Amino acid sequence: MIFDIFFQPFYDYGFMRRALYGCIAISFGATPVGVFLMLRRMSLTGDAMAHAILPGAAMGYLVSGLSLGAMTIGGLIAGLTVALLSGFVSRLTALREDASLAAFYMISLALGVLIVSTRGSNIDLMHVLFGTVLALDNAALILLSSITTLSTLTLAIFFRPLVLECVDPQFLRSVSSLSAVTHFTFLALVVLNLVGGFHALGTLMSVGIMILPAASARFWTVSVGGLMTVAFVIAILSSLIGLLLSFNFSLPSGPAIILVVGVAYLISLAFGSADGIITQLVRRSQTTS
Amino acid sequence: MTTAINFQNLTLGYDQHPAVSQLQSDIKEGSLTAIVGPNGAGKSTLLKGVVGSLAPLEGQIVLGSHACKSMAYLPQQSVIEQSFPLSVVDLVAMGLWQEIGPFGRINSERRSRVDDAISAVGLTGFETRIIGSLSGGQMQRALFARLLLQDAAIVLLDEPFKSVDSRTTADLICVIKSWHQEGRTVLAVLHDDETVRAHFPDTLMLARELVAHGPTSKVLTAENHFRARQMCEACDGPPHVCGRDAA
Repeated sequence: MIFDIFFQPFYDYGFMRRALYGCIAISFGATPVGVFLMLRRMSLTGDAMAHAILPGAAMGYLVSGLSLGAMTIGGLIAGLTVALLSGFVSRLTALREDASLAAFYMISLALGVLIVSTRGSNIDLMHVLFGTVLALDNAALILLSSITTLSTLTLAIFFRPLVLECVDPQFLRSVSSLSAVTHFTFLALVVLNLVGGFHALGTLMSVGIMILPAASARFWTVSVGGLMTVAFVIAILSSLIGLLLSFNFSLPSGPAIILVVGVAYLISLAFGSADGIITQLVRRSQTTS
Repeated sequence: MTTAINFQNLTLGYDQHPAVSQLQSDIKEGSLTAIVGPNGAGKSTLLKGVVGSLAPLEGQIVLGSHACKSMAYLPQQSVIEQSFPLSVVDLVAMGLWQEIGPFGRINSERRSRVDDAISAVGLTGFETRIIGSLSGGQMQRALFARLLLQDAAIVLLDEPFKSVDSRTTADLICVIKSWHQEGRTVLAVLHDDETVRAHFPDTLMLARELVAHGPTSKVLTAENHFRARQMCEACDGPPHVCGRDAA
């Protein structure tokens, strides 16, 4: 019975195995980046960047159809352009970076939807917005694995300056010239992982696997390493359950996975051992009694 | 005595609006100098200029040969993200950045120096505590331990005793005095005249422009305080004409 529910679909169907592998690859790269986004109070920046990659993916689609490479390169260019433009505007004018990012991502999103709507079909638009995790081929898996490897290595190299940039940016600026490089490298990692994620989960859903596990992990642990580990485990388990729900109940797989991570977040919010609401109430009642 | 920091007609500011205007002065090597002045006088801005995080709008800051080698900077606590889950020992170990950079390992010898620095500021036993759980005074002690590890020729302190109890203040003043005795140049932005009079031989009073610089007893006078307040009030108009109109 348990085997039938949890393992049979992956045993019988290659597309389910590839989907699970794709989710593991995405989770491995995206969840540490999500942890840093959360710790830097930039969670909504991740959401904005996810919208910003849409016109690039759409342009790639226009040029080469549903081509993995073209859509990836297009998404990367669009995301990095929006990140750099937002940074430059905030440094050259009085507008803060979040406001300029909001402006550029809205322009970018509108442009992307316009391109796909006028030149493609609704199915194409749905593919870009919500992904096709059950249709990942070997080329897509290689791409996702490459992105995850590059992202993890880059994060390892920039780990110490990134922590300093989060905790005490003025100190980093006083001892090193790596501050700006670290900031933009981090934004590039966000874009890179979102572009990888959109092939499986779509531009709108890919940010979910980045932010929701990180936010959930905050209720279970407080160390940076612990946050990354717990976030990764939550992302993997949610992907597994989401895929099974999608398979057994014919649900769209991307939203199913993200909704399961959402349930994990709500459970963590209530019962998290570090900072969950119910845990806090129990601790308070024990202290007062 | 040679010059550690030379301000040459220095103007610093934000968005082309001067916060420090046409400052001309020298900080001698090995001196212990308090920077005082009313709120908005440009004291913190001056430190940001010295540390290099703010480029001059006009003029320049010339550093002496020792100063170029190393400089340690303690910003105001408000710019430090205490919600980040970092342990005290990791925060203090950041003071080794000049030695280890982004990739260097913290070996047992370096770990021992980190422990010594933590012990020197009275934080032994707090090594594994997350910085978010520290009080204002404990956090300031941890940041002083980080400064100790930086082993810098010039130490810049921006309001080091803000939100700190009197016992911690006394302990941290001992650390500052030991730096002075070791021949390091120390500049500290301070608000409490009594502390300045008691412990800082030299004072630089700012009110966007230089009011006075010299021995503390000659700078901290009622006339200079009155002049500084007047100059700052005069500067509350359009900031781009601040320096010249006030003069």
